[in-house]
Amino acid sequence: MIFAALFYAAFLILAGGLVYRISDYLRTPAPLKIPTTPAPTTGGGVALRMTREVLLFESLFKGSLWTWGFAMLFHGGLALVLMRHLRYFTQPVWSWVDLVQPFGIYAGFVMAIGLAGLWGRRFLVDRIRYISTPSDHLMLALLLMIAISGLSMKFLDHTDIIGVKAFFLGLEHFDPQPLPASPLLYLHLSLVASLMIIFPFSKLLHAPGVFFSPSRNQPDNPREHRHLSPWAAKLESES
Amino acid sequence: MATEITAPPYRVIPIIPAIKPGAMEGLKPFVANDKIQEALGFPGELVEDWKDRAIAKMGDLLKKYRSLKVYLDACVHCGACSDKCHYFIGTQDPKNMPVARQDLMRSVYRRYFTLPGKLFPKLVGARELTKEVLDEWYSYYHQCSECRRCSVFCPYGIDTAEITMAAREILDSVGYGQKYSNEIIGKVNTIGNNLGLPGPALEDTLEGLEEDVKEDTGIDVRFPLDVKGAEVLLITPSADFFAEPHIDSLIGYAKVFHAAGISWTLSSMSSEAGNFGLFIGNYEQMRKIALRIRQAALELGVKRIVVGECGHAWRVAYSFWNTLTGIGDGAEDKFALQLQKQLDQRYRQPTHICELTWDLIERQAITLDPEANDNLIVTFHDSCNVARGSRMGEMAGGQFEIPRSIIRAAANHFVDMSDATTREKTFCCGGGGGLLTDDLMDLRVKGALPRMEALKEVADRDGVNFMATICAICKTQFSKVLPYYGFNMRMVGGVHQLVSNAIRLGGKE
Repeated sequence: MIFAALFYAAFLILAGGLVYRISDYLRTPAPLKIPTTPAPTTGGGVALRMTREVLLFESLFKGSLWTWGFAMLFHGGLALVLMRHLRYFTQPVWSWVDLVQPFGIYAGFVMAIGLAGLWGRRFLVDRIRYISTPSDHLMLALLLMIAISGLSMKFLDHTDIIGVKAFFLGLEHFDPQPLPASPLLYLHLSLVASLMIIFPFSKLLHAPGVFFSPSRNQPDNPREHRHLSPWAAKLESES
Repeated sequence: MATEITAPPYRVIPIIPAIKPGAMEGLKPFVANDKIQEALGFPGELVEDWKDRAIAKMGDLLKKYRSLKVYLDACVHCGACSDKCHYFIGTQDPKNMPVARQDLMRSVYRRYFTLPGKLFPKLVGARELTKEVLDEWYSYYHQCSECRRCSVFCPYGIDTAEITMAAREILDSVGYGQKYSNEIIGKVNTIGNNLGLPGPALEDTLEGLEEDVKEDTGIDVRFPLDVKGAEVLLITPSADFFAEPHIDSLIGYAKVFHAAGISWTLSSMSSEAGNFGLFIGNYEQMRKIALRIRQAALELGVKRIVVGECGHAWRVAYSFWNTLTGIGDGAEDKFALQLQKQLDQRYRQPTHICELTWDLIERQAITLDPEANDNLIVTFHDSCNVARGSRMGEMAGGQFEIPRSIIRAAANHFVDMSDATTREKTFCCGGGGGLLTDDLMDLRVKGALPRMEALKEVADRDGVNFMATICAICKTQFSKVLPYYGFNMRMVGGVHQLVSNAIRLGGKE
């Protein structure tokens, strides 16, 4: 039952934290037009630029091929793994989740390789070593341990996934069910809950943050459309 | 004290340099005195309660600028930017890596504005704002030219310039401003230009220019000042009035207006395109300077506002003027409304001089003889603020194509420098963002390294002997640092200097 409480708390912190952060970003004005140019001149163009940025990491590709490669492996792997995990939260399982299943299993390895690569850079490249804080290392350690503990349950010490699914469906229906006793499972789930709790307070905010980056989300049309923030408009009436 | 400044050696293969911690530690431009500070409404010297006020100012800025808030939160220390800054490449000081420069402020942000930083400062790299930290801010936020190159490569578009501007704004607010930038802003506010050139001196200079051009070409090319009812108000960096090689571009603009038969004027009250309010991140100062230009346009009753060759000025004019002074659509105060009615909306307002010239070339309203520049093999240095903070023409990227098209029309030999150093990936000249001051000469010479390497490549391979650019700061900076790298200081010049050489002035045959 501890885990049931833990997951309710973790979910509330994650959701509440993200709602707070995002509304905070939304409330804060961007007083000047600062897209990094050349930039799209229309809203549609901006949507396209943002899509390339979020799905393909376009800027990172230009910036560092190694980092881009590992980041793609990690994020792509993570995305597939998350999709695969939907089967533990849905009844009946959505058909597209079934399609992902065979890829999702091996995506765990891809994710781990990506993480190892990203972590390796923090030791091997002097510039990256210089900027790394303890939390940068811990974050990677946490993610890597989640991946390894998850993979172990699949390939080494099989967990009673029927029981796991019953547990999560129970949580969804506010009818908590017991969690199968398994040290690996306990480890995996505690780590995931910690990640959820840390998310809204940490650099993991890069995920929602990218959508609010004025250098990426503004169309380049300052001569055609006046852009005025509320606090700047106040200066106007004062003078 | 005065150690000899030398250029760093060219890298044989341009690999990323190893870090040298502390290489530029303690480098500080002169601090503004009380007179300079107070003229801008800033405290005259470092205030007693600087710490509380700095934190409060930071909180204030976090509420006013989404960029600052998102950028301080979003960085994951991936390091994609770490080798992109010209000052890092030239100095190898790790605090000149964009991410590390941001972290100087991010660490303080985390300590005072985030939960983990309050609970576990060591873990997340958070730290107290001490006097040492404040001094470090002063030093390293004046080793950033706000060129935005890092923002091109950041997966979240984090723009270090925004952080640098916020830091300078905080420093100003506690009485720790930079002499060079703040003194210049004071001069614009009182005299009308960065150089402090008063109206009569300007008039003399322009008369002298008319005589020079007459002697040179036999033709009466005018340099009008304060002419009411002229079609075009030209707003150009004041360096164009007297500095070399800037003045040759001013002559170029005058010849273009002459040849195309466009009436134009300069303004003695508003004789500066540059806007150092941008460099210190101060919205009010930036607006105040921009409003002078609006006032001049209203008083002179012009139909068009054209901006001369100046990088950051064009960023402010193109990206911010409509916001600051309402020269486009949507402004409601009576001056802006009057200006909107007065300006000819068939033209882009404001227009870059290159947009104007290229349009005339395309319409064959002026004729260029490129043979006039046959002694030159030309390359083009994209200025950072034009490249990454503005546009020309209708298409994204017009800021790259239009100046190059003009050069190709004005000269027969044109070669581009390496792709990794041009267009949106261009390197800053090393003197932008309020750093074009002698007390930072060591930094300026080192920061020019990546551009000098790219120039050396085309000079050796293609015999390039002229680097054209469209920025007053670039021109001054290169004239000064080229000799450190074994080049002739006269190798740099304006795009309109080439136009000036090539343009046909007599009536069209």
